[in-house]
Amino acid sequence: MSGFDQTLLDEADETVRVRLIVNGRKVTCEVAPRDTLVDCLRDKLELTGTHAGCEMGACGACLVQIDGRAVHSCLVFAVQADGATIDTIEGLSESGVIADLQAEFHRRNALQCGFCTPGMLVNAQELLSRVTQPNREEIRDALSGNYCRCTGYETIVDAIDAVAKARSKGGGAA
Amino acid sequence: MSAPLTSLDRPNSYIGRSVPRPNAKRLLAGRGRYVSDLKLPRMLYAAFLRSPHAHAKIVAINSERVRAVEGVHLVATGADLAKICTPWTGTLDHFKGMTSAPQWPLPLDRVVWAGQAVVAVVAESRAIAEDALELIEVDYADLPAVVDIDSARQAGAALVNPDSANNTCFRSQLDSGAVDEAFAHAAHVVEEEFCFGRHTAVTLEPRAIVADYDPSAGMLTVHHGTQTPYQFQDLYSRHYNIPEARVRVITTDIGGSFGMKLHVYHEDMAVVGLSILLGRPVKYVADRMESFVSDIHARDHRVRARMALDAKGGILAMDVEDLTAIGAFSTYPRTSVVEGNQVIRLIGAPYRFKNYRATLEVIFQNKVQTSQYRAVGHPIACAVTERLVDMAAAKLGLDPFAIRAQNVIADDAYPQTSPTGYRFEALSHQACLKRLHEMMDYPTLRAEQADLRKRGIHRGIGIATFVEITNPSPAFYGVGGARISSQDGAILSLTPSGEVRCMISVTEQGQGTEAIISQIVADQLGIAQEHVKVVTGDTEVTPHGGATWACRGAGIGGETALQATRALKRNILEIAALILQEQPAALDIVDGEVVDAATRKPRLPIAEIARIAYFRSDTLPPGTQAQLTVSHHFAPQGYPFAFTNGIQGCALEVDVETGLIKLLKHFIVEDCGRVINPMLVDEQLRGGIVQGLGAALFEECRYSETGQLVNGSLADYLVPMSVEMPDIVIAHVETPTADTVLGAKGVGEAGTAAASACVLNAVNDALAPFGATINSIPITPAKVLKALKRF
Amino acid sequence: MVTNLASRLMSRWISEETAVKARAFSYFRAATIDQALDAHARAGDDARFIAGGQSLVPALSLRLQAPRLLIDITHIDELRGVRREGSHLRIGALTRHCEMLSEPLIAEFAPLLHAAAPFVAHPAIRNRGTFGGSVALADPASEFPAMTLALDAEIEIAAPSGRRRIKADDFFIDLFETALQPGELITAIHVPLFKADQRFAFDELARRRGDYALVGCGMVATFTGERIDDIRISFFSVGNTPTRVKGAEATLIGSSLDPERIAAAQGALEGDLAPLDSDEVPPAMRLHLARVLLGRLLGRLGEGA
Repeated sequence: MSGFDQTLLDEADETVRVRLIVNGRKVTCEVAPRDTLVDCLRDKLELTGTHAGCEMGACGACLVQIDGRAVHSCLVFAVQADGATIDTIEGLSESGVIADLQAEFHRRNALQCGFCTPGMLVNAQELLSRVTQPNREEIRDALSGNYCRCTGYETIVDAIDAVAKARSKGGGAA
Repeated sequence: MSAPLTSLDRPNSYIGRSVPRPNAKRLLAGRGRYVSDLKLPRMLYAAFLRSPHAHAKIVAINSERVRAVEGVHLVATGADLAKICTPWTGTLDHFKGMTSAPQWPLPLDRVVWAGQAVVAVVAESRAIAEDALELIEVDYADLPAVVDIDSARQAGAALVNPDSANNTCFRSQLDSGAVDEAFAHAAHVVEEEFCFGRHTAVTLEPRAIVADYDPSAGMLTVHHGTQTPYQFQDLYSRHYNIPEARVRVITTDIGGSFGMKLHVYHEDMAVVGLSILLGRPVKYVADRMESFVSDIHARDHRVRARMALDAKGGILAMDVEDLTAIGAFSTYPRTSVVEGNQVIRLIGAPYRFKNYRATLEVIFQNKVQTSQYRAVGHPIACAVTERLVDMAAAKLGLDPFAIRAQNVIADDAYPQTSPTGYRFEALSHQACLKRLHEMMDYPTLRAEQADLRKRGIHRGIGIATFVEITNPSPAFYGVGGARISSQDGAILSLTPSGEVRCMISVTEQGQGTEAIISQIVADQLGIAQEHVKVVTGDTEVTPHGGATWACRGAGIGGETALQATRALKRNILEIAALILQEQPAALDIVDGEVVDAATRKPRLPIAEIARIAYFRSDTLPPGTQAQLTVSHHFAPQGYPFAFTNGIQGCALEVDVETGLIKLLKHFIVEDCGRVINPMLVDEQLRGGIVQGLGAALFEECRYSETGQLVNGSLADYLVPMSVEMPDIVIAHVETPTADTVLGAKGVGEAGTAAASACVLNAVNDALAPFGATINSIPITPAKVLKALKRF
Repeated sequence: MVTNLASRLMSRWISEETAVKARAFSYFRAATIDQALDAHARAGDDARFIAGGQSLVPALSLRLQAPRLLIDITHIDELRGVRREGSHLRIGALTRHCEMLSEPLIAEFAPLLHAAAPFVAHPAIRNRGTFGGSVALADPASEFPAMTLALDAEIEIAAPSGRRRIKADDFFIDLFETALQPGELITAIHVPLFKADQRFAFDELARRRGDYALVGCGMVATFTGERIDDIRISFFSVGNTPTRVKGAEATLIGSSLDPERIAAAQGALEGDLAPLDSDEVPPAMRLHLARVLLGRLLGRLGEGA
């Protein structure tokens, strides 16, 4: 395999086809190499639940799962994700895996404007998949890159704490 | 005020109950519909070339090279837009003598702050528009920039507006008299100069707008992330000369606002013009760096204040000078002098004293505009007052609780008029103070502090009382000539299925407006909350009103909903009475059923009344016209504002070697009158407190000497994040206003109002053993270490 | 997370023209190191390698950099994996920051990296950012480049002319400038195995969790009893490069960690460090914080950290 084809250099504006598994479905998407994953998800696939808050990895609003790990979709070009499995807030909602988190957030009003919420949920799900019984400090630490201007964070921590306890008791369902 | 409003044991009783927000589930599922999500057919994207200079003349703009870029539809300059848009001026008549230069969507010949939008490009994607921006050349001739407030005030200073004599925007003075005498005879005087950094709202969703002008219909539709759609309908209509009925402003979900999104922004106004020029939808979403240089900033005050006290610690008088710099223009249409005005009027508000004098000076400079952001003026007034009270307590050897208990206006002494002219209907400082003392377990905290101090751990405890302005009447803006409504309207319908649709002028930004309105409607009509659909934020659907600002949603919007519901209920019972051959007064509605008022025996579902009225009106007595839709407007009367009050406390730890501060716990006792939904009120308080804590420790827009914002990104401007924020303990005292049936006042600013003052007092408390003091916000490690002379 | 470079440039650049969408570029995904080097060689200076991209993507989005070609190296198997090689741990360049926390070999044989990892930005950044990328960028405010100095690590580099290894001591040259030449690739970092007679300590002072530190420091020391035989102390956020403090190290070697020695080491920092001025942290303050941090870490080391 010779690999690199020099003509590529003259085709910076050309779109390329990427194949992804998004929320459990195979999709192909025509993107320019410069399109970030968050733009691809929002504009091309119309998955607008993933939000762009700073486009430099400092706010956490754009978190999605790539191959099961929470990642900033603004810090990945869509072409880099070719072949990857991506789960967004829409998919996590529809599959029901975060239903308990969503119910607890709702019950405690752990959101106001809702713009940070998908990122918070993706991050919370990641935390609870790695640590079954995080304490409040660990929860706050896990959320350290997720900015929320509305809530003051406490009820978000409360909600995740409550779900962690319920899940480790074997409850878990909403 | 009537008893049933709080009896939670009866059916459909929702006022006072913590019910989750019905509309929050969408947001949790990623199904929010924010303006930044919106995509319309044939929509184009705008981007703006911005000024690198704080002050410069625009010599020439060359956009020739952009023509070659595929996908670019329009390049527009200030001159292009000035042909279709009339300028605006950010002054109001009741601020006598204030000045501000006229503003256009894009500057005509001069840029006045670094980051000001200069040229607009409209293209098929944001990326292409940005490609085009790189090809535009603007030739600037530097002008002297006015950056520092002191140099701005010097005689012969460079001028922000060359046509004016100096850089003064506005001056104001309050004087209740005999202040000098009071100070001359005082046993004690404390004095300090305070600095409050510039900060900004940093909503997680930046400003977003989609303007969609249809030339064939002469119709402008604007999807706008704002709190105040009616205000913008009026402004777009007047400045673009389109009949008001042909301007529609729609606000859907909005990713935070906090006052920042109710001002006129140059880019937003430009986008409307770009859509008119192109006859196509044009979208603009500020990126984060653009937000930092173009969203309004706030605060940036320097206050010199002194307080006179008698020998026992009774406050006698205050004397205040507030100096603030607001950028190059006064913001339209609310102006940029309101913050200063509220600072000098709110100082000392919790306390009983007579002699007050204050001057306010508002200065132009070459920075982005400041204007109203959450808790306008309150944090400054509170910090100045409360720090002086603590300084006085220290001087007299009094405990901070004791000096406040001695000086707050007694709960049974209302109504009162403050020395600054504010009229207080009823406040509860004494009750709040007492409750906070218990809640903090204050003696234990103090004992713990003393113990830890011996081991070299330096904790601080701070408290701060506050007064908040809510439910503003036309005295706020209307009297100054602003077309900003202080009334709200609601249109309430019983639907054919017996549900209720409420279209109301107050808007939702996540605080729970729609939830509390549905609670009030369900409560007052006697139906289940899930049968109430609340519709907000569309000028073509919802009636004209003030919408959401200055803590008016619950107090004014809520009362509007209450009165509208009572009117609808009367109409329903009239029809019910005809059907049931009863007197309306003998009937009531419980859980969607018309019941016998005395026995509560169900008589007829309201769904049946709706069915008959809509589909079988022939079975009603001749001449009956069922009115199952009512409209109602409510404008606040009585007191010009409904003041609220409360007190906050905090415990923190200062690392005296590093200057880092750890917040341990925060407390608040708050009185917002009738609490409609305790959970939502608590969340307003928590969120507000954390915004105040951010201001206290982290947030500041820092500028270089040449007027460049040096920390304009989310990696550099430090917002409060989860690890650094404490848990917050909340309690309530309820003193409803008698001006409305509902009795609710606002709560949106309360948290922010006193949080930074609390921290300021607590840090000074922690540093007291070192003789070090802090008088400036944000309290950075550098300031702490400087105060401690560590470097 | 945007780099410090981005932050520094932003104030100058922001007002000129904002951008959040990268300039157009071509993308090539390399399957082997040779393919990657070949692509770079043929594209010339306008090519950039991308690994985790947690600093590079924002730099491109903000148009602080605008290469014609982006060469994705994340699918090159040779760059992966952590394994023992004799007296060293070979940490593949693509090892993600989160793996520094989860990989048992790291915890056992490079505990300093394990201790530093939680301080690197935020969890989602750590899920994607790579060790090699961090070292290659050489952000003077980053944890890992500085730790390679404390660990006496060697950087393994693939160049068109062949492979070579370079000591961390010789790798960091100036602000974002390293011994890595354009077109060269870090393939792995070799870290001497942590030994039973060694102790380490790490901490940083930051205003918020995950922020770039006001000052940060990591150290590894070899003891005989309580006597220090050897110590390497490296600071970050103190200047243009990650910085070893050889003067302070010298005051400690051959002694035990008594308060006088610690004070002497703190005193030596003035000669070791020349903090830059910044609008929020004056040099004298940074030096003060470095002294405080050094004192605390040496205290912990003395307690057997």
